[in-house]
Amino acid sequence: MAEFTMPSLGADMDEGTLSQWLVHPGDQVARGDVVAVVETAKSAIEVECFDSGTVEALLVDEGTTVPVGTPLARIGTTAESRPTERQPVRGQPVESPPPSTPLVRRLAEDRHVDLAAVRGSGPGGRITRADVEHAESEPARAPEQQPGTEPPRRKRSESGATAKTAPTPRPAKPVRSDGSAGKRPAPARVKSSPLARRLATELGVDLAEVTGTGRGGTVRAEDVRSAAATKGAQRPAVPDAALAATARLMSRSKREIPHFYLSTTVDMAAALEWMHARNRELPLSARLVPAALTFKAVALAARKVPELNGHWRDDRFVPAEEVRLGVAVSLRSGGLVAPALAHADALSVAEVMAALKDLVARARGGRLRASQTADPSLTVTNLGEQGVEAVFGVVYPPQVALVGLGRIVERPVAVNGLLGVRPVLTATLSADHRAADGATGARFLTAMDRLLQQPEEL
Amino acid sequence: MSTRTRPRAHPDDGTTTYREALREGLREALASDDRVFLMGEDVGRYGGCFGVSLGLLEEFGPDRIRDTPLSESAFVGAGIGAALAGMRPVVEIMTVNFSLLALDQILNNAATLRHMSGGQLGVPLVIRMTTGAGRQLAAQHSHSLEGWYAHIPGLRVLAPATVDDARHVLAAALADPDPVLLFEHGSLYNAAGMLDPAVHDVHLDRAAVRREGTDVTIVAYGGCVSKALEAAEAMAGEGISAEVVDLRTLRPLDDATIVGSVLRTHRAVVVDEGWRSGSLSAEIESRIYEQAFFDLDAPVERVCSAEVPIPYARRLEEAALPQPADIVAAAHRVVS
Repeated sequence: MAEFTMPSLGADMDEGTLSQWLVHPGDQVARGDVVAVVETAKSAIEVECFDSGTVEALLVDEGTTVPVGTPLARIGTTAESRPTERQPVRGQPVESPPPSTPLVRRLAEDRHVDLAAVRGSGPGGRITRADVEHAESEPARAPEQQPGTEPPRRKRSESGATAKTAPTPRPAKPVRSDGSAGKRPAPARVKSSPLARRLATELGVDLAEVTGTGRGGTVRAEDVRSAAATKGAQRPAVPDAALAATARLMSRSKREIPHFYLSTTVDMAAALEWMHARNRELPLSARLVPAALTFKAVALAARKVPELNGHWRDDRFVPAEEVRLGVAVSLRSGGLVAPALAHADALSVAEVMAALKDLVARARGGRLRASQTADPSLTVTNLGEQGVEAVFGVVYPPQVALVGLGRIVERPVAVNGLLGVRPVLTATLSADHRAADGATGARFLTAMDRLLQQPEEL
Repeated sequence: MSTRTRPRAHPDDGTTTYREALREGLREALASDDRVFLMGEDVGRYGGCFGVSLGLLEEFGPDRIRDTPLSESAFVGAGIGAALAGMRPVVEIMTVNFSLLALDQILNNAATLRHMSGGQLGVPLVIRMTTGAGRQLAAQHSHSLEGWYAHIPGLRVLAPATVDDARHVLAAALADPDPVLLFEHGSLYNAAGMLDPAVHDVHLDRAAVRREGTDVTIVAYGGCVSKALEAAEAMAGEGISAEVVDLRTLRPLDDATIVGSVLRTHRAVVVDEGWRSGSLSAEIESRIYEQAFFDLDAPVERVCSAEVPIPYARRLEEAALPQPADIVAAAHRVVS
């Protein structure tokens, strides 16, 4: 049992007005939760609770002024209360999971718990041991639980927090059929540096697939980078890893990124006319394809609208210093890679064409250079060749936007009041609503459209 | 780097030795403030056990340059009293080993009086002492105990490693209203370097990046800075780019510079001539883990002295101390 008292919020404060309660009797509170708003002589201050437990009674009504030290609420801190499990705190956004400690990762691997789906209750939302244990006990309670399996290790009343934030169904963990206490075959733990872990998550690389070159086979940052460079491509026999990495990354993207989508139709007549004129002068090997123009236009638009060119890191948008255009390339073995076209905005259309050819050939041949794999700042996916008219893609984290390009098709279009048949392209933008809004996205697509109307300026 | 020091016996090429730089700092302090005086064993007629105060007695007289009896506790205590009474004493203790005889004065009086008097009594005292090994002076004159002093709140602990820092550190130390300990590594006195005329003071709160690099951060101080630079130079030949951070101030530690460097290089080697167990290197390593764990690509390595009393025999002494080759080997372990 603990008392929550009127705090002293400054040396000169001797009384305060309880202006608002943010909890009700029966609520679970954890140390550090904001439970009330107190009006002092200077300002309204959100007050945190110093105990964890259940709010048993509110002793002071809203609007009452009491001296510092007056009990405001009674908090039951019995053995049942779980200080590690937080009630959803009002106004706290769901964040990307912060890094977890090696111990926790090891525990999660041993117990087949997907850390990405676990909500951390530690400092700064860090995942603790208890969270992993708790997450593990969940699938055991699932309806398909076989009779004879061991009951959940810890009896815990279901609280909203973890159930709600773990929407991704985890693959059922191997269930011991004999119900004995036999050991589950634990996969070999991957030894890796903390930096390598972080990079692996960012680049969507599965650490288990990376050969470590550090001491004792420890996976180092460099190993992850080179693995990302050749991801999928060098392992045509086992595309599963690349597919799994893509699957994880895309799940994470859809889970964490509030997407919004915009679409516009671009008249490509001027661009194609200019391109055909250029191609008549160029040798066969150097001839341009429409993608060279559209990619260049995307890169220039990214420079004009830097709010979409960069990364979402540590809860904020970090603009990239250059335009590194990620190019989504599908591999023949299955899976996708998105190597980067460095300084795409500064290259001429001919250079973009050459770089694009090189990039695709290298990606498919599994010979990407390290410089081509590092951190794209904005990715383009071009499904024109595949025959679709529009693609609404999934943002590649930690980037904040993805441009989708469809096939150039001839359509009846009204131009200057007359109906004509024109080649048109549907360009889409998928973007992270945390970093940008529709107005920003609209500026981007408009900029791209304008650029394609003046192909000679590209 | 212009301020890099290298051993030279008789500089005649415009360079200054670490010893001369310290003497210049002392001379300037004595000349500019009447309250400043120097006392210690043999600082007067003998010119200082390491020759730092040579000639100062003739220049400033026996009131300002005072020889003391062999009683560390007494003359450090006298220094504290003088500081409390408004003077700005500079006390020289021959080696850090002997300072333990005055530890009671340093820890229980100098470091605590500000706190215990509720801020009313400051002790603006500067204590200079020699530390470190490398000159075959055997165990009782060779230890590196500055880490012990860096443990004590209420003290500021400095370890100048270059001629520029040696030249200007005293003025900064005397400007501090609280006790400052100055650790001069014995092997540095003969080291010579060009004084940078553009440098006029030392920033006591900031560590210095002595060499920039991208692959590994080498954190060192005092006598080990030149060894770290030598190691970095050797590694440059094999394509490893090492950044060398010179702590300069051992208390308070400049976390921002250390961690900032590690965030760039993702790897760290800490060099400390103290013994490994419970050392300053442990504190630095711990802070790196606390503040940069998720940016580390390898466990932090430490290069410390062997955990033995420093031997007299030259080869044994060399073997007991951190050497450039040890630093290179540690850097290889974290980089590859």
